[in-house]
Amino acid sequence: MARARGRLAWPAEALTAKALQIRRDIITLLAKSQTGHSGGPLSSTELGTVLFFNELNIDPTDPTWPERDYWHFSIGHVTPLIYSLMAERGYFPLKDLMKFRAFDGHAQGHPSRHDTPGIEVSAGSLGQGLSVCCGVAMASRIDKHPRRVYCVMGDGEQQEGQIWEASMFAAHYKLDHLCGIIDYNRKQIDGDVQDIMGIKPLGDKWRSFNWNVIECDGHDIPALLRAFVAARGHRGRPSVILAHTVMGKGISYMADDYRWHGKPPKMDQAEVALQELGTSYAEWSARLLAN
Amino acid sequence: MTTVARATGTEGASNDSRAEGSIALPEKVEMKKTREGFGRALVDLGEQDPRIVVLVGDLSESTMVHYFAERFPERFIQVGIAEQNMMCVAAGLAAMGKIPFLATYGAFASCRSADQMRVTVAYSNLNVKIGGAHGGISVGPDGATHQAMEEISIVRSIPNMSIVVPCDFWETYKATLAAARHAGPVYIRFGREDVPVVTDKDTPFTLGKGEVFAEGTDLSIIACGVMVYEALRAREALAAKGISARVVDLHTPKPLDRALIERCARETGAIVTAEEHQVNGGLGGAVSEAVVQTCPVPMELVAVHDRFGQSGKPAELMDAFGLRAKDIVAAAERVMQRKRAPS
Repeated sequence: MARARGRLAWPAEALTAKALQIRRDIITLLAKSQTGHSGGPLSSTELGTVLFFNELNIDPTDPTWPERDYWHFSIGHVTPLIYSLMAERGYFPLKDLMKFRAFDGHAQGHPSRHDTPGIEVSAGSLGQGLSVCCGVAMASRIDKHPRRVYCVMGDGEQQEGQIWEASMFAAHYKLDHLCGIIDYNRKQIDGDVQDIMGIKPLGDKWRSFNWNVIECDGHDIPALLRAFVAARGHRGRPSVILAHTVMGKGISYMADDYRWHGKPPKMDQAEVALQELGTSYAEWSARLLAN
Repeated sequence: MTTVARATGTEGASNDSRAEGSIALPEKVEMKKTREGFGRALVDLGEQDPRIVVLVGDLSESTMVHYFAERFPERFIQVGIAEQNMMCVAAGLAAMGKIPFLATYGAFASCRSADQMRVTVAYSNLNVKIGGAHGGISVGPDGATHQAMEEISIVRSIPNMSIVVPCDFWETYKATLAAARHAGPVYIRFGREDVPVVTDKDTPFTLGKGEVFAEGTDLSIIACGVMVYEALRAREALAAKGISARVVDLHTPKPLDRALIERCARETGAIVTAEEHQVNGGLGGAVSEAVVQTCPVPMELVAVHDRFGQSGKPAELMDAFGLRAKDIVAAAERVMQRKRAPS
């Protein structure tokens, strides 16, 4: 069912169940690889799940389907989430997640166009994805194509100057088919975003750049669904969803702790995490390897 | 008579143009801007292919993309002064099947948006064409900040990237057409000033293939950009001194025509490279890499020697930075000495 072409438009209950599976995938693949980022994938889990299983019009079996919407994670380091979403949606087998960052797998540390089917533009150097999405949106306008374009950004990433070049561009060209989503988890590698390089008032910044700003709880699936509906309905300006989240959400010892930005759980820590998520490494890795 | 040399690089080309001393530079050489070739080619491409889109960073007239903007406003995107954004917007357009050409000064195209070129464009191998105008010291009065002299080094070090440095108006026109046909990212480096037209519309041009513009037996002068003209001038001066120099227009530093370079090394036994660019990692560097791995011969590199530019008239600067025919002649004499008496 998840491999179906088109917009799935799943209801909240199904999305909640899928988000739990995605979190299990993230912890399991990180435990296996022992390399990669934990915090951001877990804070973006709900917004990613809503995007992939409700909002996006895509065909995972035909990643370049001409009618597709375009999605892009400018935060390339959240590959544990990106690949979990892609595998669960049917872009590639779940067992590929067990070769995350491995030499003999396709799942590169940061998303790569020439390695992973469905990754359309590589990412990894922060601040560039919104510009890419502006280009996609302009191409769609030239072609009079009804495509919608979604760009997931980080809050620390807002410190990159290019974000604001792209923000200005999108508003100037009134790209109302473009929707940014900011995973506002308030943490970055070195600590609290406000301590490292303050970005507040972030909503006001985007509003002053002539964007339609929608704020919501980024872990509240009905709230996210409403936010995407509002973005879809807005005309004349691009929309950005400030999704207020918690880094490491869902795992007690990771939650709201910046030290989990860039490291994976050790195997014993992963077992604790998976227990909190109602499974075990043996059970969940077997599920992944079987598919 | 407006052209000074016919390309004769292909096998079986007419013998007369290959013959020693058959090329004579005219008294008056036609002068034309290379950027005009870029701007004109974009219009012709726009007519032929609806996928062509042009982006500019607030330099429409300087880069001569205003011709395209007037003809195809719906496919022209003004990005403003935001080169990093422009590089990635082009990537997004390419991802959706467009063939975007972006235009700005080479200093910004190659350096300011280098990370965007590397990570987003080249790593994804997207079909983005980068027009780097105002390359080289001959930009003149604007000074060092605007005198791009690092493009070859930067661009050729990035996987998937190609870079072409055409020598005159016609070659820039043809390089732009060829870039559109080539699948993958291409950087086109051209200049600001009127420069001698040494080719014509029928001169062969293939991306990645050098052209022998004049034959010679004692050494090969391998040049790109405006230095091709200087090389032809140098060849005449060397002939007067009894030295027979082959002149090769190596307009594509990457992918490099290694076969032609090897042939020059084997057949002439000495090489001088000439470029309006930093010596470190430029055309001379690229040729050297090929020579040492195929047929090591004495080489001299005419280039800007690891220094920034400065304000001045283009001609003054070309003189001061050692980028004239006389500098190529001096280098040729040095390399001939080394060839005759290896140390």
